[in-house]
Parts: sequence; C-alpha cells; structure tokens
Amino acid sequence: MPVNTASLVIGLSYASLLFLVSVGLSVVFGLMRFVNLATGSLYLIGGYIGWSVARSTGNFLLALVAGALAALVVGVLIERGFLQRLHRKELLQVCLTLGVAYIVQDVTRWIWGGDPLRLRPPELLRGSMELFGSVVPIYRVALIGIGAVLAVLVWYLLERTKWGAYVRAGVDDLEMVECLGINARRIFAIVFSLGALLCGLGGALGTPVTGVAPGTDIQLQLMALIVVVLGGLGSVTGAIIASIVVALVDTIVRTFWPEASFFAVWALAALVLIVRPQGLLGRAA
Amino acid sequence: MNAKSITAQWRPAAILGLLVLLLIAPFVLPTYPLSVLTEILIFTLFAMSLNILLGYAGLPSLGHSAFFGTGGYAVGLLAKYFGTPAPLALLIAVGAGIALALITGPFVLRTHGAYFLILTLSLTQVLFGIVWLWRRVTGGDDGLPGIPTPKLPFLLGRVSDTANFYYLTLIVVGIAIATIAWVVRSPFGLALVGIRENERYLEGLGYPTWTLKYVAYALAGGYGALAGGLFAYFKGFVGPGQISWLLAGEGMVMVILGGAGTFWGPAIGTILVLLLRYEVSAFTQRWVMILGIVFILTVLLLPQGIVRLPNRIREIRAQLRREAPLPRPTAPAHHTPSERAVEQVIERS
Repeated sequence: MPVNTASLVIGLSYASLLFLVSVGLSVVFGLMRFVNLATGSLYLIGGYIGWSVARSTGNFLLALVAGALAALVVGVLIERGFLQRLHRKELLQVCLTLGVAYIVQDVTRWIWGGDPLRLRPPELLRGSMELFGSVVPIYRVALIGIGAVLAVLVWYLLERTKWGAYVRAGVDDLEMVECLGINARRIFAIVFSLGALLCGLGGALGTPVTGVAPGTDIQLQLMALIVVVLGGLGSVTGAIIASIVVALVDTIVRTFWPEASFFAVWALAALVLIVRPQGLLGRAA
Repeated sequence: MNAKSITAQWRPAAILGLLVLLLIAPFVLPTYPLSVLTEILIFTLFAMSLNILLGYAGLPSLGHSAFFGTGGYAVGLLAKYFGTPAPLALLIAVGAGIALALITGPFVLRTHGAYFLILTLSLTQVLFGIVWLWRRVTGGDDGLPGIPTPKLPFLLGRVSDTANFYYLTLIVVGIAIATIAWVVRSPFGLALVGIRENERYLEGLGYPTWTLKYVAYALAGGYGALAGGLFAYFKGFVGPGQISWLLAGEGMVMVILGGAGTFWGPAIGTILVLLLRYEVSAFTQRWVMILGIVFILTVLLLPQGIVRLPNRIREIRAQLRREAPLPRPTAPAHHTPSERAVEQVIERS
C-alpha cells in the first residue's frame, strides 16, 4: 500500500496539533532556557474543559474558547506563581513543572475519571469527503487548515513584527536585550501565556481526533519535546517543519509497522541529534 | 564556621551509626519493610550514579535507565543462557553498562543542555524499542522471568532469604558508594564540578574537559548498570519497564529532591520517593498529587535539596533573630549565583 492521501491527511492533522503544543514550548525554551514539562498538562486541561463545555452547551466554538482560556489561566498561574523565581535553574524547573504535571494528572483523573473521552466534531465538519481519490474525514482537513492559519499567524507575529524581533533577539542574547532596556521578563510572560493558550486550544481541537485520557498529557509532552529539539530551540520555522516531519513519520510507521510506531520517532530524534547536535534549524550553541 | 566544623566532626560517627543500623535492620524489621529497604539501597546507588552526571558534571541526563536496564538484562541473559554465578554476572553487567556509555558517549557529549536531555532520552527509547521488538532473545514485553536470587554462602541457613539478599545488596552497594565517594572527592571529581560551573574556564586552565565528561559518563553508566543488575536479582525478573524513561525521570527527581551535587542528597531523595510511593499509596489514592505537591514545596522552600534542611532552618532562625548579616559559610546558597553571574560576565566580555 503506497502512502495515500488519507494517511497524509491524518499525518498533517496530527502535525497541526503538535505544532500548537510545541511552538510555545519552543520559544519559551529558546528565550529563557526554560524547561516546561507541564506543556502536556495544559493540552490535557484544554481537552477536558473543552469536552465538558461542549457537552453542556453543545457549542463547539465555545468549547474551543473555554479550553484555550482554561489553559491560559493555569499557564499564567504557573508563570506568576513559580517560574519567575526559577530563572536559569533548569533542574528546579524540571522538578517543579513535573510536580505541576503530577497534580494536574491526578486532579483531572479525579474529576473526569480514567476513561478516554472523545468529542464529536461540530455538525458542519462531521462526516467525510473525497480528496484526490480517497475518502478523508472533513474534521481532519479542517484541522490542517486551522493549523496552517495559526502557523502563519505565529510566524508573522514572531518574524515580521517589532515585538517578534524583541523575542528573537532574546533567544539569541537575553542579557544584551535587557541591556537595551527591553523588559525581557514581560516578553517572557506574554510568550508563555500565548504558548499556554495555543496548548489549550490544541487540546480542545484535538479531542475529536485523539480523545483525552490520563496519559494523553505524557504522550503529547514527549512528542512536543521531540518537535522542539528537532526543530531547534526558539525557531518557529523549525517547529513547523519538525511537527510535520514527526507527525508524518509517526503516521507512516503506524500504518506499516504498528509495533515499532512508539519508538520510530525516537530513533528519528536520536539520528537527527547525532548528525546535527543543535537540531534542524537551531544555531550552534 | 563553627557549625560546619561540628558537622564535619560528627560525620564519621554518623556514618558509623547508620552502618550499624543497617547491619542490625534484618533482626528488627519484618520481611516486607526489609525488602523495601533493599529496594531503597539499590535505588540509592542508581540515584547516586545519576548524580555523578546530573549533580557533579552538570549533564542533565534523562536516559539513565538505559544503563539500569542494560545491567538488568546482562544479569538476566547470563542467568538464563549460561547460569553465570552472581559475582561474575554483576561484573559483566558493570562492563556492559560502561561499554554502552563508551559507545553512546561520543554522540551524546556533542550536545548540550536540553539537547543532551532529549538525545539521552531518545537513545533510551531506542534501546527500549530494540528490547521490546527482539522477542526471541529478550522476551519482548514479557521480559525474562525466573532469575535465581543469589545468596551469601556464609549466611545460608542462619538468616532468612530476604535478609540474606539484603546483606548481599548492602555489601555491594556499600562498596559502590564508598568508591563513588572516593571518585567525587578526587581531583577528577573536583574537575567535574568545575566543568559544571564553567566549562570554558576549565578548558582554559588546560583540563581535557571532553575526556573528563566521557569518563564521568562511563563511570555513571557502570554504577547504573550495577544497580540494575542488583534490581534484576531482587525482583527475579527483568523487563522493558526497567529501561523505561519513567524510571530515568524518577531517578532525576530523586537526585533533585534530595539535592543535586551533594553526596548524600540522592539517598535522601530516594528514601522520600520510595516511601511516598509505598507508604502513602497504602492509605490514599491521591498519592500522585501528594508527590507533585512535595516536588513543588521542595523547589520553593528547599531549592538546594532536602539535604540542606538543617542549613536552611539555621538560616531562617538567624533571619528571625534578625542577626547582623555577617558572612555565613553555612549558607552557600546566596553566594554561588552571584559569583557565577560575575564569571559569566567575565566570560562574555
């Protein structure tokens, strides 16, 4: 069986979700060398809140907004409450965000139980359509569109605006940026919050596709880490390319050699880092 | 000044007391707590071996379970196919761990920081995948069951089997810890700390920093594999779970909670994590949350690790008494960051 349109659509829609989760992580990582292991948890929160809101109101758009906002609130709490004190202390950041991840995992299991929850896509996007000779779910195609639009937006924001220039300058040399009188802490807070928002949005958008369950957070967290490091810390273009590569490799291996699917992506990551220790588009440290 | 010399004075006595307690433990403790204690000893060795990388050399490895698993599988395969006696099998396990580190070292040491973290994690996952898929030799996800537990011959018949294996573990772990202590206090160990603090500076002084890191990586691999071998004997089983990155993450947490870069910190972290897992899970379902809260509180209140608790209490009491801010050697926490910042500025200019 050749790689057909259907698996391409599945892969690219997964890439959209991966991009949403990892772009914030990547920029925060690059900007402040900040390791956030609670990224997957933000996705989980977005997914669960989105599920509940969609369930009670029946409005998918509202669910997306609620999921994204919930993740934003938690993200801001993490940033304001803890992260500001832990600048440049990577090990403590790892420990603290892991602690947050544990708590989120337990609280969500407490509230929503251990069964995987799945959301039906909104009426407009239900069913399937024919695309280049194969039948694909409409929602997946829509997901690719949403992902592409958001990717372009984020890219524009970071690569073409003055504010984005501050962020990129911060990725390259934080101390110099601070010396120029730019409030790097505030930029970091904004980037972190936007990243959390995108994560939550990704969670809500992903519920009809991947579902949410305990463990979704770990899976997404690991995938996001791979994407971030493969793309190169702090590089939006890198995150876009890496999301697509990782998602496609994952989908293709899943079709042809299901037992190996969970570690093919890791083999890819190991291979890339052995050849290019700074990631695909990262700059040499 | 006084406080420090007093602790230094009492240290040999404290270690001796601990040793005596550990020696008489089997006569006091019932079987189950004794097996938990055995596990604590094994994981203390694991955490201490990781601490060589994480704490002393400043290499954030999230793949240390690869060595743990390698040691376990070395012991398991030798027991299954050759019936190798335990002392030899453990030595071969150490050799396998060192070999794995020597092979992967040149690749992982090209990366830094977060990239190092992900590359070690990736390689561990690849090893996990190989073990998982290579059913014929490794047993896949069923693992290798039925590894016979070795016994100390001179204690046979005098103590229970649990106690016998406990003493075996105590001896092996004790020797390993003593050698780790020797390594980290040697000029080599101090050079590792130097690398952690400022690698470029050390390079400038003429230290072969790459070689030092390579040796540290190999050493940590060897000790990690020894812990893994012991654990395989302890469980009588080795499976892919013993390579899983979750274990590596747990080891990392043990080291950081206890105090990275301190000698006894990892031991304290191990005790805390294992006791939380076994004891707290016995009376509440919410132990994952409690673990998370403990992580956060430790990071916020004891950023240097739990091992610094006495110093921290002293600091807080001094603050409460509003003592004059004399330079106190007992509070290195306040000095290191600023000094490092100065060094960074020098380095950059």
